[in-house]
Amino acid sequence: MASVTIRDVRKSYGAVEVMHGVSVDIEEGEFVVLVGPSGCGKSTLLRMLAGLEHITSGQILIGDKVVNDLPPKDRDIAMVFQNYALYPHLTVAENMGFSLKLAGVSRAEIETRVKPAADILGLAHLLDRYPRQLSGGQRQRVAMGRAIVRDPQVFLFDEPLSNLDAKLRVTMRTEIKNLHHRLKTTTVYVTHDQIEAMTMADKIVVMHDGRVEQIGSPLELYDRPDNLFVAGFIGSPAMNMIRGTAQDGAFVAENGQRLPVGRAPQGRKLIYGARPEAITLGGDIPLTIEVTEPTGAETYVVGTLGGQAVTCVFRDRVAARPGEVIHVAIDPAAVHLFDAESGVRLSK
Amino acid sequence: MPPVPERKASFWSRLSESRNGLGFLFMLPAAVFLLFFLTYPLGLGVWLGFTDARIGDSGEWIGLENYIWLMDDPVFWLSVFNTVFYTFIASVLKFGLGLWLALLLNRHLPFKNLFRAIILLPWVVPTVLSALAFWWIFDSQFSIISWVLMKWGIISQPINFLGDPWNARASVIAANVWRGIPFVAISLLAGLQTIPQSLNEAAAIDGATPWQRFTKVTLPLLTPIIAVVMTFSVLFTFTDFQLIYVLTRGGPVNATHLMATLSFQRAIPGGQLGEGAAIAVAMIPFLLAAILFSFFGLQRRKWQQGAD
Ligand SMILES: Nc1ncnc2c1ncn2[C@@H]1O[C@H](COP(=O)(O)OP(=O)(O)OP(=O)(O)O)[C@@H](O)[C@H]1O
Ligand SMILES: [Mg+2]
Repeated sequence: MASVTIRDVRKSYGAVEVMHGVSVDIEEGEFVVLVGPSGCGKSTLLRMLAGLEHITSGQILIGDKVVNDLPPKDRDIAMVFQNYALYPHLTVAENMGFSLKLAGVSRAEIETRVKPAADILGLAHLLDRYPRQLSGGQRQRVAMGRAIVRDPQVFLFDEPLSNLDAKLRVTMRTEIKNLHHRLKTTTVYVTHDQIEAMTMADKIVVMHDGRVEQIGSPLELYDRPDNLFVAGFIGSPAMNMIRGTAQDGAFVAENGQRLPVGRAPQGRKLIYGARPEAITLGGDIPLTIEVTEPTGAETYVVGTLGGQAVTCVFRDRVAARPGEVIHVAIDPAAVHLFDAESGVRLSK
Repeated sequence: MPPVPERKASFWSRLSESRNGLGFLFMLPAAVFLLFFLTYPLGLGVWLGFTDARIGDSGEWIGLENYIWLMDDPVFWLSVFNTVFYTFIASVLKFGLGLWLALLLNRHLPFKNLFRAIILLPWVVPTVLSALAFWWIFDSQFSIISWVLMKWGIISQPINFLGDPWNARASVIAANVWRGIPFVAISLLAGLQTIPQSLNEAAAIDGATPWQRFTKVTLPLLTPIIAVVMTFSVLFTFTDFQLIYVLTRGGPVNATHLMATLSFQRAIPGGQLGEGAAIAVAMIPFLLAAILFSFFGLQRRKWQQGAD
């Protein structure tokens, strides 16, 4: 276990800078998720942590040691690749023990260390198989086993679940979480799936275009997104955003509809953000229904409010048909306001 | 309906619907082709080996006489030695240098594609042409190697490349290696490119030094391709003819005669078709041994797709 510090790290490929000064502090034993849309630089950052990519400028520390120029093998980290990168010519046991064998650990010792790892991951009966004889989920577990056996300072995961089907993904999510509870090893986990991020992380780092947009616990990000990007990225269905201005203590949407709001700066162009569940039935704001999607426990309603498309989630069943108008209320305390130009949150 | 056409139709439909029947049908044209163009000349060669045929005389069956005669022929045994020596040394060199080149070309180099194209040159040039070039390079008076070494003051008189038995052997091997490297290098490069980069990265993280990455990851994953490539390389080298024939014609004093060149020389310029054929047939056991060796080498390893 060790802390990880990333200080103003930049990365250029040739003349193109893809990472524009990223700083993240990761505490000992923390489970940190890097999340962001495709191409935002998550893998690049992880690979720089691993020592697989050179850092153009800035510093990376593992523990209190600067590792900028340390090769991967001297960083005491273990990485699980998206495609697992299992050695096809080695059995499961040999794959898991490979690093120990390289380190010159005795056969018996390797066995005593591979065995418990295999037990934790439910791989004990598969130790003699070759990777091609395993299912996707089993391969994924072997890849984790290979990391566990190392007993490293830091685990790095690069989208380890993206090749699995939806159901297995949920199971493995829990397993990885449990594993972290047991081993308490500092973990950096990359995903583009915000649900994965929300459910697994102690701390989420939201990235976008080679920059960090916000760092915080899952609920902090959900409740107080710093900007429009984080607001739109975290949460599913996404936050509703309505353009307009504040006038006389209320928010006025572009079509003139007044919406309840706390304190708001007058006259400026704003974005009014309301999460789907902040909109409740029974009120005086008209909502024109386009689609209703009953899921049993909840009803998803897509419609127009204040002239703009919104999605709501109601606990109650909604009998209205498309085209009808229902009335809803919005809790002003749950409303997020953003500056329309800069996208920055206006703190309440 | 008359019964006969119906039975015929059902035979055809049965044949074309059964997996093996259909396979047989599809194989037939190729099989006939092979039988005609491969088996016939081979059969004729083997037959000639048992006759005393000469040019212009179809000869008579003389049993093993040609072979018994060869057993006592020191030139034949010298050619066997030369062939094995030539094949072994040239193949080892081609493998080592070819693999080395492939590894180099697999890295991120500037002008990578240009280098890859240049590597192929020795293979693209017709053998006879490159052999002629080597003939000049190895010339006893005008050799550029001798000239350079003399300029540098390392030697005082030209090296007699093709006139001395061991020099000649080394020279023809060098020419063969030069010509054979592209095939080995490019094939191994293709093999290297099928190995995912992430395996090397995983090994690097697992603590492998570059050398360990090579011996414990790259090389094992490359073995199936090495087996195929080296089988072909050995077969090509063992049956080499053009290079030797242009460079030395088997000389000096038969020092570079390979079985192929000796066979040709006895059969065509020498007119002894039967004896030449017998020498050629004597190559078959060696070739079979090489093929069997590679067959076992090529057997799918347990970790590969498709085996159990
Ligand atoms: N070798 C490279 N050369 C040039 N540009 C690169 C290279 N590798 C990555 N990039 C660029 O760096 C940026 C970040 O890439 P990265 O692979 O880190 O994205 P990512 O966040 O992991 O995306 P994904 O979710 O799709 O995996 C991208 O714009 C990509 O085009
Ligand atoms: Mg990625």
